[in-house]
Amino acid sequence: MGRYVIRRLLQMIPVFIGSTFLIFFMVYALGDPVAALFGDRAPDPATAQQIRHDLYLDHSLGAQYLHYMKNIFIGDFGTAFNGESVTSLMGSAFPVTIRLTIVAIIFEIIIGIALGVVTGMRRGKPVDTGVLLLTLVVISVPTFVTGYVLQYVFGVRLKWTAPSVSPSAPFNELILPGLVLALVSLAYVTRLTRTSIAENTRADYVRTAVAKGLPRHRVIIRHLLRNSLIPVVTFIGTDIGALMGGAIVTERIFNIHGVGFQLYQGILRNNAPTVVGFVTVLVLVFLLANLLVDLLYAVLDPRIRYA
Amino acid sequence: MTATDTMAGAPAPATATAPLLEVRDLHVEFHTRDGVARAVNGVNYSVNAGETLAVLGESGSGKSVTAQAIMGILDMPPGRIPQGEILFQGQDMLKMSAEARRKIRGRKIAMIFQDALSSLNPVLSVGYQLGEMFRVHQGLSRKAAKARSIELMDRVRIPGARARVNDYPHQFSGGMRQRIMIAMALALEPDLIIADEPTTALDVTVQAQVMDLLAELQRESTMGLILITHDLGVVADVADKIAVMYAGRIVENAPVHEIYRQPAHPYTKGLLQSIPRVDRKGQELYAIKGLPPNLLHVPAGCAFNPRCPMAQDVCRTDVPPLHTVGAGRGSACHFWKETLGD
Repeated sequence: MGRYVIRRLLQMIPVFIGSTFLIFFMVYALGDPVAALFGDRAPDPATAQQIRHDLYLDHSLGAQYLHYMKNIFIGDFGTAFNGESVTSLMGSAFPVTIRLTIVAIIFEIIIGIALGVVTGMRRGKPVDTGVLLLTLVVISVPTFVTGYVLQYVFGVRLKWTAPSVSPSAPFNELILPGLVLALVSLAYVTRLTRTSIAENTRADYVRTAVAKGLPRHRVIIRHLLRNSLIPVVTFIGTDIGALMGGAIVTERIFNIHGVGFQLYQGILRNNAPTVVGFVTVLVLVFLLANLLVDLLYAVLDPRIRYA
Repeated sequence: MTATDTMAGAPAPATATAPLLEVRDLHVEFHTRDGVARAVNGVNYSVNAGETLAVLGESGSGKSVTAQAIMGILDMPPGRIPQGEILFQGQDMLKMSAEARRKIRGRKIAMIFQDALSSLNPVLSVGYQLGEMFRVHQGLSRKAAKARSIELMDRVRIPGARARVNDYPHQFSGGMRQRIMIAMALALEPDLIIADEPTTALDVTVQAQVMDLLAELQRESTMGLILITHDLGVVADVADKIAVMYAGRIVENAPVHEIYRQPAHPYTKGLLQSIPRVDRKGQELYAIKGLPPNLLHVPAGCAFNPRCPMAQDVCRTDVPPLHTVGAGRGSACHFWKETLGD
């Protein structure tokens, strides 16, 4: 097990280098960051040259990348467009996004799995058809539509929650945005659980559990659900990474100053350090989430052993 | 302990002559898209305490479905029991509440399934799965249940039980896994065990060990045993009596030795002839011609008539009743006398 984890961590190094270089290259290819800094006005050539030198932009792409990576390892992610260091931006953005992700994941787990169990056990019944139709709607409607609609209904009309999240972004204000962020994944979790449950209800070991005279809830939770959750856990695990980075739309709608918001600003202003820095961290989160899923897999299914 | 509350309102304890379990005119049908499959069509059999009944038949003969109906683990729907009684210790289980039946399962009637690998939960340790019996039915603590599980594993002779109690089913060999199934069935010392082809998934030497173990465990107690099998070979040493099933009916029942000596139904005869024998080495194996009937379209008259070497016109029109052939013997054949006389 230990050796497996070490091997997986080592495997992350080339993935990390490759993906960061790709991002670095793409941001570099986007255009001239110094020109973007000046907006519509043409910069003074001497000043521009000075900035270029300060920002290490007068070197080749390869040299810039190496310089950047070197700084990362001493904890310097560069400076954002507003003069703030990227690390301090991260320090304010990540806690907010992590809170948002936690809310979203809780929705996915509780509602998604519950709906999946109910529909999986009542396949072909009205509940099943209804929920299935609903998941189809949720999956096919884009987040910016569901987001604005829910914001309008619950935030503006019913006033159950604030339509816009305050800068400190406490948990209670993140419930609606979390739900919006979770919706599509929630629909997938429902469908995945449903299929898995339906497949396993006919399994021999479920029949054995019934024949042992176990109460129904125990048969379902301990025997049926325990086996059916394996693919669902995989999905939720990889979704953590996706939710962390993919909250751009949701964060825009609810004015949440999280990772998505900062990334959006960074791209808009062609600010390479912000974009590359945030994406680099997201790549790491994604890789670690994947490792976690694989390890969890072995916990859930003892037939899987890593050496 | 509240073990007696499930039998509240029961008549006085069954007398020595009343069977432990009696199946009366049981019918089971499955409603499928293609029509109604009549899997069991009026089965009668009984088991006494301490007795072993072997139920014999090909796949699709209804032997497992009957057992599942007794256990109350049929999938309903699509399954349905339109008719019949299943009397256990004098009470019709088909009239009991779901909760009352659940309390009988595992505690009074236990079942051993065919394929222990798929019948044991792959993600729970065997100790957990055995211990569950004690924790759920007797309210034992996790620790006490584990100790009992180790005792059980010792009892079915799993070497190194203490060390292996936390292992998972896939870490055991096929024979050991089937022993765990047996241990699970024995856990609460039920009055009746139904073993549904307990040795089919095992290789021959292990088959013998498992059968011996079952026979021995049963000898130690007054437990009744229903042994469902399609293998005539495993039956002879273990069973007291045999019921042969075909297309959802009992076609012959008899004490075990009489049936081997002198079958009273052409189907039983065919089965006995199809056992490979050393003294017929080199000769072609005998096989009953034709295929088992499609349960959606069971042939009119005697269901066996299309495959029967003795079939006459009457066999194609009239369903033969179970004729009394001798003491405790019956045969559902119009020509049982001729069959016996052969």
